[in-house]
Amino acid sequence: MTDVTGTDAVGEPEDAAVVVADAAPDPHALDERHGALLARFEDELGAAVLDTGSAFGMPVLRVQRTAWRQAAEIARHTLACDYLSFVAGVDWMPAPKEGGAEAGGDTSSPAQPSETTYGVAGSDGRFQVFAHVQSTTRRCGITLKVDVDEDALLVQSWVPVYPGADWHERETWEMYGFVFEGHPALRHLYLPSGFEGHPLRKDFPLLSRVVKPWPGLVDVEGMPGDAESVISAESAEESS
Amino acid sequence: MSTTNPPLPEFDVDPRAFRTLADSQLGVELDTGDMILNLGPQHPATHGTLRLVVRLDGERVVAADPVIGYMHRGYEKLTEFRTYPQITTLINRIDWLSSFANEVPFVDAAEQLMGIEAPPRAQYIRTILTELSRVATFVLFLGEMGLQVGAITPAFYGFRDREHVLNLIEGATGGRFHPNFNRIGGLKDDLPWGWVNETRTVMKKMLDACDTFEDLVAGNEIFEARTRSVGIIPPEVGAAYGVSGSNLRASGVDWDLRRDGKPYLVYPELDFKVWTHPDGDSFARYWVRLQETRESCRMVLQMLDALPSGPVMAKVPRIIKVPEGEVWAETENPLGQMGYYVFSKGATGPFRVKIRSASFSNVSILPWLLRGMFVPDVVTILASLYFILGDIDR
Amino acid sequence: MGLVEKGTLSKPALKPLTWLLNYSRKYSLWMFQWGLACCAIEMGAALASPRYDLMRLGVIPFPASPRQADLICVSGTVTDKMAPAVRRLYDQMPDPKYVISMGSCANCGGPYWDSYSVTKGIDQILPVDVYVPGCPPRPEALMQGIVLLQERIQNEGLGNDELEKRWRGEPIVVD
Repeated sequence: MTDVTGTDAVGEPEDAAVVVADAAPDPHALDERHGALLARFEDELGAAVLDTGSAFGMPVLRVQRTAWRQAAEIARHTLACDYLSFVAGVDWMPAPKEGGAEAGGDTSSPAQPSETTYGVAGSDGRFQVFAHVQSTTRRCGITLKVDVDEDALLVQSWVPVYPGADWHERETWEMYGFVFEGHPALRHLYLPSGFEGHPLRKDFPLLSRVVKPWPGLVDVEGMPGDAESVISAESAEESS
Repeated sequence: MSTTNPPLPEFDVDPRAFRTLADSQLGVELDTGDMILNLGPQHPATHGTLRLVVRLDGERVVAADPVIGYMHRGYEKLTEFRTYPQITTLINRIDWLSSFANEVPFVDAAEQLMGIEAPPRAQYIRTILTELSRVATFVLFLGEMGLQVGAITPAFYGFRDREHVLNLIEGATGGRFHPNFNRIGGLKDDLPWGWVNETRTVMKKMLDACDTFEDLVAGNEIFEARTRSVGIIPPEVGAAYGVSGSNLRASGVDWDLRRDGKPYLVYPELDFKVWTHPDGDSFARYWVRLQETRESCRMVLQMLDALPSGPVMAKVPRIIKVPEGEVWAETENPLGQMGYYVFSKGATGPFRVKIRSASFSNVSILPWLLRGMFVPDVVTILASLYFILGDIDR
Repeated sequence: MGLVEKGTLSKPALKPLTWLLNYSRKYSLWMFQWGLACCAIEMGAALASPRYDLMRLGVIPFPASPRQADLICVSGTVTDKMAPAVRRLYDQMPDPKYVISMGSCANCGGPYWDSYSVTKGIDQILPVDVYVPGCPPRPEALMQGIVLLQERIQNEGLGNDELEKRWRGEPIVVD
């Protein structure tokens, strides 16, 4: 399949490995509206753009930390992206295997690769905040990403620009621990107030899976007639 | 027998001033404190476990703070520990009224990442089932908004009419809701014999039911008095908060992802109208959903006539491994815009899934919207926004 | 009167009276539906839909408050945030009271067994009488659960002092 990590240029990569028929279009090609939106964004932001990319026709733009709110203002006031879809976080660290697969840890959950790779438009470190805004009038949208410094965990808040970001940022704070500067009141949204930890971080374990690893996809019970089966001929004779 | 009067209780104010105050015809500023009223989390009017803490000045709301999270099940964390087929069975419990519609954007995302396409018959059946779940959800809304406003009869009509559609969904998929019918690459099974004719009959019955609701509820003057000009959402404010779906269309914004978003399922081939209403009040939201129910019935009839034959499942490997990438897949769900941002790293399960649910943003406008409303209007507004707690809390 | 509390009713001569008491109790259950999630829709379909109509079994929904209810049907996922509220409402119910746990989320945590915010089963908090499995259970399954509960109510008190225990219940705590 085509390699989709971090393309610098927007548009069709020339060396895409096309597995399907030659006439198939590139799934990452940006159509006119989205291409124009991305180009205008890059013009407005100038040097604050770190990287761009396309995720299956959706433009992705990564900006510098100091330009996060500026990007929102440009989106809402200049580029008519009036609709805020969401603001969320992502943790790129591979999840530590609880107890190790060899040690009989949780074997039922899918094994993720243990090297750290980043998505479209790359990333500086472990944490990122990403948001999606759309325009109801121009029928296009864009995903914006910003890196979060692992030591400081500070992000500029979008609440002065999009009031709907209030709840999204509260949720991102309680799930990841990012502090949004300029947010009126960062308090718990989903979790009870005494909850400790930030659940969506990769190093937050699901304790039920650690306490009792579940064999998962494997049939562990033998069929009647097997040697290991509980219902065997001998026990049937004993009971009769 | 004592003839003396009992002693007057102690007042801060000189009691002789009372007669003056009582006789006074001018507005007297009686200083009363604000009352904090806790609606929920268990309350007949709040569609589930929503807790609304309102500060009241008499009957008027001064400030409102929805407290959510009583149904938070941790979906985004759970998806990191499950394979793709396991997730499709889990996510149709997010919006539990229109369950089929929750699976569609996710399988769409997985199919985009894998580069496979479901065969046309599967796409048509998916669209039919999505529109059927839209009809089922909206018919319940039409009945149950009457219930919130104070009429009990529409609720029974709503449940009864919903049963017809649930029968159809059960006939095709085996489950009344939570069908678990989507597979990555198509569907689990083909339609049973006779289903198409049965659906035609039921859709015509639903169109009649919509007429009933229009007469019974929307034409009722008490309903109009309760809902007109109540809870007006201006379009810019609504869009900035992320309000989507029928709520935003009832404010006049002509935006429907079936027509305007990235083409998905068979909507590009269908001929349908997007309904908007300029007012933006609760009545407008009811009216828009009523029209959309009718439109969905007509769309289903269109699709039944155009249903192609063929397989319902594409060739996919037995163990689904989705290549590395990220994709945003959004659809117009009955409650609004629902989307999944799926990050994949080539494993059998996703790396991270961001679930964008419609009701989360629809409810986030409540602190802004409820200021200055009366308490009964709060219930009307909650009913007209039509959220599902599982969709808010995920 | 206190016929039950004093143990008068469990005397063998008064068995018909116990039978009559249980018969009238089982057909007049006032159900406090704690409808949380998807199972609440099925419970609503069972109660309000003319097809499944639980009311013909004598089970009326929507008591005005928990203090007038004698059956609570926990339907849906119980989260750790919600659990104290459930317990508080259960405590407010007067004895004898019964609990039906509907759906796999209320039985054991269900599909969210590994979640960080879900209580794995309402029986960690309340004593459950009938478990109705399913995800969601069909309205007929809920009806079966209620019929089973009615049989249980009918057979209470024939033997040991379980009717008195049920009547006395635990001390009601309101805080």
